[in-house]
Amino acid sequence: MSSGHFLEERAGQVQRTGAAPLAIDCNKDSLAGAVSQRACVFCGSRVVLYPIADALHLVHGPIGCAVYTWDIRGALSSGPELHRLSFSTDLRELDVIFGGEKKLEQALRELIERHRPAAAFVYSTCIVGIIGDDLEAVCRRVAADTKIPVLPVQSEGFKGNKRAGYEAACRALGRLIGTGDSSGIERHSINILGDFNLAGEIWTICDYYRRIGIKVVATITGDGRVADICRAHGAALNVVQCSGATMDLAVMMEERYGIPSLRVSYFGIEDMAEALYAVARHFDDQQLMERAKRLVREELQRLMPELLEYRRVLAGKRAAIYVGGAFKAFSLIKAFRLLDMQVVMVGSQTGTKEDYQELAEITDEGTVIVDDANPLELSAFIREQGVDIFVGGVKERPIAYKLGVAFCDHNHERKEMLAGFQGMINFAREVHASLTSPVWQFIPCRIKEGRS
Amino acid sequence: MLLKHTPEMISERSALMINPAKTCQPIGAMYAALGIKGCLPHSHGSQGCCAYHRSTLTRHYKEPVAAATSSFTEGASVFGGQANLIQAIDNIFTVYEPDVIAVHTTCLSETIGDDLPQIFDKAIKENKVPAGKTLIGASTPSYAGSHVTGFANMVKAMAALAQPGGEKTGKVNIIPGWVEPADMEEVKRIASLVGVPITLFPDTSGVLNGPLTGVYSMFPEAGASIDDIKASGGAIGTLALGEWCSAEAARLLDSRCKVPCSVLDLPIGLQATDRFVDTLRIIAGQSVPDEIVRERGRLVDLISDMHQYFYGRKVALVGDPDQLIAMTEFLVTIDMVPVHVVTGTPGKKFEKRITDLVAGTDHTVNVRAAGDMFLLHQWIKNEPVDLIIGNSYCKYIARDEDLPLVRWGFPILDRQGHQHFPTVGYIGGLRLLEKILDALLDRQDRDASEASFELVL
Repeated sequence: MSSGHFLEERAGQVQRTGAAPLAIDCNKDSLAGAVSQRACVFCGSRVVLYPIADALHLVHGPIGCAVYTWDIRGALSSGPELHRLSFSTDLRELDVIFGGEKKLEQALRELIERHRPAAAFVYSTCIVGIIGDDLEAVCRRVAADTKIPVLPVQSEGFKGNKRAGYEAACRALGRLIGTGDSSGIERHSINILGDFNLAGEIWTICDYYRRIGIKVVATITGDGRVADICRAHGAALNVVQCSGATMDLAVMMEERYGIPSLRVSYFGIEDMAEALYAVARHFDDQQLMERAKRLVREELQRLMPELLEYRRVLAGKRAAIYVGGAFKAFSLIKAFRLLDMQVVMVGSQTGTKEDYQELAEITDEGTVIVDDANPLELSAFIREQGVDIFVGGVKERPIAYKLGVAFCDHNHERKEMLAGFQGMINFAREVHASLTSPVWQFIPCRIKEGRS
Repeated sequence: MLLKHTPEMISERSALMINPAKTCQPIGAMYAALGIKGCLPHSHGSQGCCAYHRSTLTRHYKEPVAAATSSFTEGASVFGGQANLIQAIDNIFTVYEPDVIAVHTTCLSETIGDDLPQIFDKAIKENKVPAGKTLIGASTPSYAGSHVTGFANMVKAMAALAQPGGEKTGKVNIIPGWVEPADMEEVKRIASLVGVPITLFPDTSGVLNGPLTGVYSMFPEAGASIDDIKASGGAIGTLALGEWCSAEAARLLDSRCKVPCSVLDLPIGLQATDRFVDTLRIIAGQSVPDEIVRERGRLVDLISDMHQYFYGRKVALVGDPDQLIAMTEFLVTIDMVPVHVVTGTPGKKFEKRITDLVAGTDHTVNVRAAGDMFLLHQWIKNEPVDLIIGNSYCKYIARDEDLPLVRWGFPILDRQGHQHFPTVGYIGGLRLLEKILDALLDRQDRDASEASFELVL
């Protein structure tokens, strides 16, 4: 398969760094008929809200939407685990004809009575948008009777891509924030936005902040609790990670409560350290800064010897990145650089023009930059660029393996914490484990090419 | 405990599914379509559906799963998805070059009233379908039936390709049902041993358990060929394995092309495999070959060797109707006791069939169609069992109740082997017994006191 063999209309969504000023086409709908790796609005809302562990998450729609999002992302909780169950109104043909409001209300009342959740999120799906159930009215009625917040999430799948789902989730969160008592919150306090506690990452990040003297008010949404989110408006600063999942919420909180925000990443040594320094700088407190520097020093001393071992083996290897949001790609590029590896392809499902511009600036000449890729393109670029390891999500993994290329899941299915300083070691170990696996030497076409 | 939210007290629920034991139609249609050679499944709906089905199938099979989508937007949802689908057909044949596009609908496209045959006509009139290429369409609304129904509907759409009055092929159609690629392979092997030339469709063997070659191909060199499927109207007969997944397609071939059909249970376990082999033997007009007789003998031998460990052991089962019917019969055959049987797929016929299968024993069975895992868990709390057999979602219950679990069914997201080793046929029966015995005896060893911990079992 040659890399010229693409949908012509997609030409603008594939670029090479250095050839000409980058003018990538992005943030547009996928072409009908494309084998896109993208998901829908509902998916975006669900991944953002689902880690709130003491809330009820009820999917209003046919059964599939609830099943496909049932406990698939290891968003860990230190306490309640109501979020790991799957609740669906299981809409049937008659409901589609006569409306599903009655069913929804009955389900909500039953669940709230049985589980006494701190709040309930009700997700609408494609079909609810078509049959026109009034989620807002049902939620209002049930909230009035049960005395808990019952929040509609307007996440009809067809109303855009994942990004629109993030926005819908942020709107629902926005209705919780400001409803709790925020008295007694310290001056040096933050909310963590955009970390979902995959493999327990947020616990490490919270520990770093605690060690330098910062109080975390709410984790939004990893290991999240409704009561914390309700008083999040009492924090002095929002520290936001991830491309766009919770950026809207930060903007809303700034407008409404005057809370400034910082955009950070916890992946890789540089970005992790910079996140702590940026927070310390924001509070303009010398003690904070000194503690942050000491923490970074201690962590680096601990991990550098092991990291250098990995680097020795991995130096010069070629990496490809395909992730959901482009923001993660920035950190990954730096992390690979720290391992002395070269990123030769980078792409995302939902990057913006600014994201891709920045990617072009920080990558080497000849790097392929791609928006909303399909499996044929991905496989062609992997071959063409001589990729040794591919970083992506569930649908990309078997494609890499079929090509005899190593893989690291930096998405829902990571089993090791990849954030923080320890996360950098885990990442290096995962990359090392897959790249140096003996299995690749047994692949017929590699033997022929003499590459192993 | 993860499922501490499950109360023992059972109350009727009409508006709510908790921890479902089914999923929606389109994923079944997608799996079936992957069993056609050179076929790209196409989801006529929003992007999310397609992404979810591909991810779930990938997690189960650990293989790349390609499928396209109409990428519905708000506009398409208001004005209909015809333009999207026609553009999709054009793009797919231009870029990915499959031989076949198998389109299934979703709740969204069904509700707005898109009509696949009419859209296909228009696509053909507008020359979007190159010569020699095929379009298949199945209506698979997510709000009716289950993933099983979606599979059956897509298989029926395949059967609809057969034309009456076609040339006689001398072959027998076998519709294998929603089983693993390894099971489809095993069905072919058994038929070939008995000496019956067959057309198996769909056939995912080699598609979703393919080798690592160093090359990624969207269309592996495997699957039922579209020419064979089209020629199935000239077969001497059709064997539909499983009422729920395969019978409709077989009946369509019968009524349209006058190909007589027999509907059998999935050949899982001793007696269902006996019936399958016997039917093949009669068609072939030969006696059962020695190799198969030996395989049967080995299965009966293992049952006799270990029957003391099966005796009276209570089992909770959850899965899809065709599988559960065959498994229930097998468990009764080996003197185990199916006490709770749940499928998420609706249908009262299922409940009657299971009840009938257990009727000859000293036990009664709790059976529910359109049930869920929450109900199963409640039943287990009220009447404990020795073993759970079901898909990966059972691991929550198994952990909470500290019960051994044999993973079997769809989806299996946390163990491997299901796509490589069959559970159909006598050899599949041996494998099932190995898994059941391992689970029971590992548990016995784990729980034994030091004094009663025995080397020889």
